[in-house]
Amino acid sequence: MTEHLCDLPAYEQVRRIKDGEISAVELLKSTFERIDAVEGRQATTEPYTPSPTDLEKVHAFITVTRERAHAQAESIDQKVAAGEDPGPLAGVPLAVKDIFCVKDTPSTAGSKILENFISPYSATPVKHLEEDGAVVVGKVNLDEFTFGSSNESSAFLPPVGNPWDPAYVPGGSSGGSTAAVAAGEATISLGTDTAGSIRQPAAFCGVVGMKPTYGRVSRYGLIAFASSLDCPGPVARNITDTALMMNAIAGPDSRDATAANTPVPDYSKGLMEGVKGLRIGLSPEYFKLKYPDPETGELIEQPISPEIESAVLAAAQTFAEMGAEIIEDVSMPNTHHGIPVYFVISRVEAASNLHRYDGVKYGYRFPDEEENLRELYKETRGRGFGIQPKLRILMGMYVSAEQYEKGHYERALRVRTLIRDDFERAFDPSGSYKLDCLLTATTPTTAFKLGAVYGDSVLMQYADLLTVPANHAGVPGLSIPAGFGENGLPIGIQFIGPDFSEATLLRAGRSYEMATEADAWRARQPKVIETL
Amino acid sequence: MGNGAPLMSEYEAVIGLETHIQLNTNSKIFCGCKADSWADPPNTNICPVCTGLPGVLPVLNRSVVEKAVLLASAMRADSIQSRSYFARKNYFYPDLPKGYQISQYNEPLALGGFMDVPLPEGDQRRVTITKLHMEEDAGKTVLEAGRRLIDFNRCGVPLVEMVTGPDLRSADEAAQYLIRLRQLLRWLGISDADMERGHLRCDANVSIRIQGLDVLNPKTETKNVNSIENVRDAIQAEIKRQIREVKAGRTIEAWTLDWDEDSGTLRKMRVKETEADYRYFREPDLLPIELDETWRDEILSALPELPLDRRARIAKQYDLPIYDAEILTEERSLADYFEKAVEVYDGEPKTVSNWLMNDVLRIIRSKGVKAGGLQLQPRLLVEIIDMVDEKKITTNTAKSLLDQVEATGNAPVEIVERENLAQVSDEGALRQVIADVIAGNPDQVKTYRAGKESVIGWFVGQVMRESKGKANPQLVQELLREMLAGE
Repeated sequence: MTEHLCDLPAYEQVRRIKDGEISAVELLKSTFERIDAVEGRQATTEPYTPSPTDLEKVHAFITVTRERAHAQAESIDQKVAAGEDPGPLAGVPLAVKDIFCVKDTPSTAGSKILENFISPYSATPVKHLEEDGAVVVGKVNLDEFTFGSSNESSAFLPPVGNPWDPAYVPGGSSGGSTAAVAAGEATISLGTDTAGSIRQPAAFCGVVGMKPTYGRVSRYGLIAFASSLDCPGPVARNITDTALMMNAIAGPDSRDATAANTPVPDYSKGLMEGVKGLRIGLSPEYFKLKYPDPETGELIEQPISPEIESAVLAAAQTFAEMGAEIIEDVSMPNTHHGIPVYFVISRVEAASNLHRYDGVKYGYRFPDEEENLRELYKETRGRGFGIQPKLRILMGMYVSAEQYEKGHYERALRVRTLIRDDFERAFDPSGSYKLDCLLTATTPTTAFKLGAVYGDSVLMQYADLLTVPANHAGVPGLSIPAGFGENGLPIGIQFIGPDFSEATLLRAGRSYEMATEADAWRARQPKVIETL
Repeated sequence: MGNGAPLMSEYEAVIGLETHIQLNTNSKIFCGCKADSWADPPNTNICPVCTGLPGVLPVLNRSVVEKAVLLASAMRADSIQSRSYFARKNYFYPDLPKGYQISQYNEPLALGGFMDVPLPEGDQRRVTITKLHMEEDAGKTVLEAGRRLIDFNRCGVPLVEMVTGPDLRSADEAAQYLIRLRQLLRWLGISDADMERGHLRCDANVSIRIQGLDVLNPKTETKNVNSIENVRDAIQAEIKRQIREVKAGRTIEAWTLDWDEDSGTLRKMRVKETEADYRYFREPDLLPIELDETWRDEILSALPELPLDRRARIAKQYDLPIYDAEILTEERSLADYFEKAVEVYDGEPKTVSNWLMNDVLRIIRSKGVKAGGLQLQPRLLVEIIDMVDEKKITTNTAKSLLDQVEATGNAPVEIVERENLAQVSDEGALRQVIADVIAGNPDQVKTYRAGKESVIGWFVGQVMRESKGKANPQLVQELLREMLAGE
C-alpha cells in the first residue's frame, strides 16, 4: 500500500514540513489528488437528479479554494526556507464548514439564499487556524444553515456521502467536515455543534470531533443558527491533531462578548498522562432513548443499539483496566427533556437569526428590481430558503409569538437549567459522584441510509438525543471512534466533562487510542479510499 | 353650542412624549464605527457588524451604559438595575440590517423616574418616566426617483429611549419639558441634544378629555417633528383638530400623524393597527449588563448637581432673582463660571451676575463657545469688575477691556497700564479740559446759563471724548457745574 501524504496525521505532516522532508505544496497536491479521486461531481443548487455513481462518491465540498490554498502553502514553504517558524499547523490541509465566513470565499451556509455571498472577512477561529499555518483547501457541505443531522437538507446536491459507504449519510450538520477528514480530502476541519453537529457526524464517519465549552471558541464569523448553543469545534482523525486545533482556536475574542476569558491551557501537554484515578461515570439515561410518541405523546423508552452499548461498556472496561474508576448508575434524570427544549430554544433563535436574509443587502434576491417590499421579502425568502429553514422559521415564529412566549421559550430556558443541574450534580467535587467525565454513546445507532430518515424531522432530531444535553449545559463533549457496527459503519463513544475540562477529555481520548492501538478495527480504511 | 356641547376651554389635553436621545459616544453601541455621521456621505461609517453581515456579533460599548446610568440617575429613577438585559425586537425593514433591533425590553437598565418641570407661571409639572432603556438606532431610508436608498451610517448609533407618562397638559408644557430635557442632556454631557440633527427625537402622543375627568381617551401619535417649536406647533394643531372632531360628533382614532413643517399641517401616515408582535426575546449574543457597585459608584461620581437644583441653590445662596439664576444655569459651564467668579470677588454676587448676563454672555454668543472656553477667565473678569469698583476705570473702559482680554488673554491690569486706560480723576487736568470745552462752545454755555441745565449732558460727553473716555464721569459733572456756574 502506497503512503499518501494526505492520509498522515496533522502532527506528522507538520513535522515533515518543518524538517524539510516534504513541502506544503506537495502535501497540498496529494490532498487535491485525493479530492479529485473521491469527491465526485460538484454539488450545485441546480435541480438535483440522483445518479447511481453519486452513491460512490463523497461530495464533501461546496467550494474548493485551489488558488487561495496554493498561495498559502507556498508562503509556508517560503517560511520554512527562510528558517522562520511556519506555525504548529504548518501546511496542514483544513476544510472549513461552509457556515464560517472566510475572507474572499463564497460563504453559503449550504443555502441558495447565500449562494453568491462572498465574505469580506474571516471568522475568528479560521483566522487563528490560518495564523498557525493551516491551509484552507475549501468550504465543506452541511445541512442548510446547519439545520439537520444527515447533510441531506443542503441546497447543494448531491448530498455528502459517508466515506465508509457513500450510500449512507455522513451525519450532520458537520457531515462535510467529517466526511472530508475521513476520506483524506482534508487533514482537519472546523465544524460547529449546536445539538451534536460535530460529535454525531464524527461518530458516523469514524473521526474525532469535539464540542468545546460554550464560549471557549469565538463564534465571530460563524453564521448563527441558535446563538446560545452554537459552538465551533475541531474535527480530526486523532486526539493529538484535535489538541493542536484546540490550541489554535480556543481563547477570548474582543469581537465576541460571549467568548470566555478563562485561561487556555496547552492542550497538547498531558495527553499521555493516562487515566489513573480519573472518575468516569456511566448513566442509565444515556443507554436508552426516551421520547414522546408522535401520535399519542406518550413517552416511549427504547434502548440504544446493542452493538453501540457494548462498545461503550467495552471502553469502560478498558478504562478500568487502565486505572480509572468507573462509577455506574449516575442519575441524569432530565436527559430526555433535551430534545423538546432544544426544539423551542433553537427555533426561536434561528427564526430571528434568519431575519437578515431579506434580499436587501447581499445574497439571493428575487425579483431583481422590486418596488413592492412585501413581495421582495416573500419571494426572496420563499425561493431562497429550503424546507428546513422554513420549518424552523415557522416554529420559531409560532413559539416566540407574544401570546405563547411565556408558555414556551421561557419555560424551555428553565428546563435548560434543570439539564445543567444534572451535570453540576454529576461533576460536583463535593457531591456523591465527583465525576471527571461521563462516558456515553455518541449516537443511538450507526449511520443510516441516505433518504431513510430524512423528511421525518422529529425522528431525525432524536439522533441528537445523547449529544444535545451538553449543548444545553454549555459543557464540552468529545466523540472518538470506538470500532464498527455489523454494517461496517463506525461507532462513536462520547466523553462529557465539566466546563473547560477539554484537556481532561482529550487525555481520556488519547488513553483509549493508545489502549486500542493494536486492535484490528483500527487498520480499516473507508471504502472510498480502499477502492482507489 | 346650545346643545350642551362642552366649550373649547372645557377640554384639556393629555400629552405624553416619547423621546429618542442619541448619546454622544465616540463609537457606536456594538462596533467600533464612528457614532456621529452628521454631514458624512452615506454608508461611510459602517462595518460588517453594523450592517448585519452573516456571522457577526455585537459587543457592548461600556460608555453607552455609563451615559444611560447618568441620565437615569438624573431622572431620579426609582431603581437602576444591577443586572439588566438586551432583547431582540424582530421586524422586517430594509434599513434594519439584522432584521431585529437590539433593544432593552422587559428587563431594562432603569425603572421609573420623573422630572419636575418649572412652568412659566411659577408652578411646576411633575412628568413621570415610564420607560428608560438603551437601544441601537436603525439606518435611514430615502425614497428617490422611485428608488429606495438606504444609508446604514446611523445603524448602531447608541440611543436612550425615554417615554413619559401622559402627564403634560398643553403644547407649551411639552415644549418646556423638552427644553428642560435638552438642558439636562447637555448639562450631563451625554448628548448634544440637537433636535435639528436628530440627536433628540420626539414623538408626541396626544388625546383630549373634558377638564377634570380622569379618563384616557384614544390618542394619536405625531412623528417626524424636529425642533421644539415644531413639537409645540404640531401638538397645538392636533389638540385643536381633536376638539374640532369631538365637537362635530366624531370620534378620535388612533392614527399616526406626520408633521409637515413647511405647511404647518398634520398628515395621516397610517391607521395604527393592533400592536405589532415583535417577538421579543433576550439577546443571546450579549451577556447581561452587570452594573456592580464599584462601576455604578464610579459612574455616579461624575454626576453633577442638576440644573434645577443648582438654579434654586444659586438664587438662595447668592441672593439673586430667580431670573438671574435661570440664565446662569442655562448651561453648566456658565454656572461654573459664575460660581468661580463669585468665589474670588469681594462685592455683591449680583454685580457679577449683571456683568455675566449683560456682557460676558454677549461674548459667549458671538464667539459660539462655552463659558469655560473663554480666554476671559472668571478671575480676569473679577479683576476688571474690581477696577470699576475702585473707580480705576470707567464702565465703558471695562466693557471694551472685556473684549480685549478675550482677544488676547492678557491680564486686564496690564492692559490698563500699558494702554493708559486708567480713569482720570486728577482734578487739575480735568479742570484744564473743561476750561477748554467751555471756552470753545460759548453758545452752549449761554444756553446753560439761561437755565437749560440739561445741556450739562452734552458738556459731559464733550469732556469724556476729549479724555478718550477715561475721565471719571461723576467728577466731570461736579466740576462742570461748578465752572459753568462760575463767573
